[in-house]
Amino acid sequence: MPWQNNNDNGPSGADAGETGSGSSNGGGSGSGGNSGPGPRNPWGDGPPQRPSGPRPGGRDPFEDLLRRGQDGLRRALGNNAPGPRGSGGPAMPSGQVIGIGIAIIVALWIVLTSFYRVDAQERGVVLRFGRFVDTTDPGLHFKLPWPIDSVVLRKVEQINSVDIGATGGSAENLMLTGDQNVINLAYAVRWKIRNPELYLFELAEPEQTVQEVAESAMRAEISGAGLNDVIGPQRAQIAERVRERMQELLDSYRAGIEVRGIDIKQADPPQAVDASFKDVQAAQQDAQKYLNDSRAYAQTVLANAQGSAAAFDAVYAQYALAPEVTRKRMYFETMEGVLSKVDKTVVETGGVQAYLPLPEVQRRSRAAPPAEPKPAQ
Amino acid sequence: MNAITRMPLLWASVAFALIVVAMSTLYSVPETAQAVVLRFGKPERIVNAWDPKAAFGTSGAGLVAKVPFIESVIFVDKRVLDLDMEAQTVLSTDQRQLVVDAFARFRITNPQKMVQTVGTELNAADALKRILASRLRNELGKQPFAAMLSPERTALMETIQTTVNQQARQYGAEILDVRIKRADLPAGRPLDSAFERMSSARNQEATTVRAQGAKQAQLVRAEADAEAARIYANSFGKDPEFYAFYRAMQAYRTTFQDGNANVVLGPGNEFLREFEGRRSAR
Repeated sequence: MPWQNNNDNGPSGADAGETGSGSSNGGGSGSGGNSGPGPRNPWGDGPPQRPSGPRPGGRDPFEDLLRRGQDGLRRALGNNAPGPRGSGGPAMPSGQVIGIGIAIIVALWIVLTSFYRVDAQERGVVLRFGRFVDTTDPGLHFKLPWPIDSVVLRKVEQINSVDIGATGGSAENLMLTGDQNVINLAYAVRWKIRNPELYLFELAEPEQTVQEVAESAMRAEISGAGLNDVIGPQRAQIAERVRERMQELLDSYRAGIEVRGIDIKQADPPQAVDASFKDVQAAQQDAQKYLNDSRAYAQTVLANAQGSAAAFDAVYAQYALAPEVTRKRMYFETMEGVLSKVDKTVVETGGVQAYLPLPEVQRRSRAAPPAEPKPAQ
Repeated sequence: MNAITRMPLLWASVAFALIVVAMSTLYSVPETAQAVVLRFGKPERIVNAWDPKAAFGTSGAGLVAKVPFIESVIFVDKRVLDLDMEAQTVLSTDQRQLVVDAFARFRITNPQKMVQTVGTELNAADALKRILASRLRNELGKQPFAAMLSPERTALMETIQTTVNQQARQYGAEILDVRIKRADLPAGRPLDSAFERMSSARNQEATTVRAQGAKQAQLVRAEADAEAARIYANSFGKDPEFYAFYRAMQAYRTTFQDGNANVVLGPGNEFLREFEGRRSAR
């Protein structure tokens, strides 16, 4: 029995072993409790107190029944009453009550500690004096009563999650990438128990192991990848590779743990260099803007060219039919339009020095003969 | 019942003696522990010893008997144990610092030896921790910085594991796995300079992206200009002389549009040729 070794084992090594077994017993068997005094009480001074309690008020039918039963038992045993009765009245009935009390308690004990229930998402691992006996599926099961068999229940269907690195931004989980950049990574590991026996018996600290293995696998994977890969589209592949690597490692420990997936929640450059990273994105936007502007310019220029060319072609087609007339017409129409709006001075005689009564000489524009005679033909 | 009630004291003492003997004879070994049985302090045998091939339930755990009062039992953990090491700074061959945080997994494969040499698993873990830390520093110190990060690390770890295992065997332990959990730049100067380098690299990238964008934009403009010139030349080239005239007419219109001009027209002007009434036939 587990508690007995406490008595004769002085060395501290025994304590370490004992706590291990104690915790595994205590964690699982809810029916039994794990203290020594439990079962020892019934044979000690427990039961006599219970029947002696209701004795004074012994009028009810149950008390009568009990007493009749005691009498019958006494007669059956062939007990010569005078001895105990002579020494003291209450002594003889209490001896009978002890027997019945023990029987009741033993019955209760067997019933209460022999059945256990395994919930839908659990598996029960049955231990007989610490030795593995069986793993049971959900349902109601029978086992040997408590000190002999104990059950440890573990939730095998439940998916546990371990968060590594914080997304809040307070404490950065910095990691070196293969190109010696630094990245702030936060991720979660989802895992569940695949094999409850291995999980219970093989690893001393399964949850810590999962976390450490995850960190190691993630670092190994990140240190083989470039910064842009980690930030960018390769996240999913990296997560998958980390999962495989973790599973391999845990299997090599025979951990009985299945890694369901890695979720990379955040893979960002550290805050210290965040501004520079954002500037790159801004630069990409800027470059796109330059390109768009130039395209718009190109469209304008081309449209202008096509328009002008088409206009010229149209005019030229007509001009080609009657060059002389068209040319003259165009010239005069233009001159008409131009000269009708401006101040005009006509110098009549060729030999006379031109007197220029410029009425508005103060105007900044010099009097320039716009229609400098160009030989028409 | 009869006898008990007659001599309760005797029976009680007999029962007590039986219980004491039973308690010092029987002990239960959980699946997670190996039991070292000592006879007067000398290791005698091991119950539920670690055996990779034995299935659970067949390895000897459960209720076991020993010789009462003469033999005592020490329990040693049978499971894979954790060896978490403190982070330590390692200097690479190219004089760069790296903070390395490693962990190892070990198992007590020879509990008798472990009990004799260090006593408990905790002491064994401490001893292994010291050995591992120094081995790790030595081996990593022989590596250039880049190798500490690269996948070659696996081979490195195996080397460390093998050398540490030789010493671990003295304590009855076996190292299953040595892994680097973290390998980071130390906070302060090295980390800051890494950040600065990252920043400058990004700034360079940003500048390059902008310059490339500007270049592309220029190319697009130039192509458009060239295409426009081609279209113009195609069209206007049909009659350069007429184009000069045509274009001049357009230019006059736009130039004098605002009307802020004084025009002095000479008599020879083409426009006034008819002004004097057909002075000269053309």
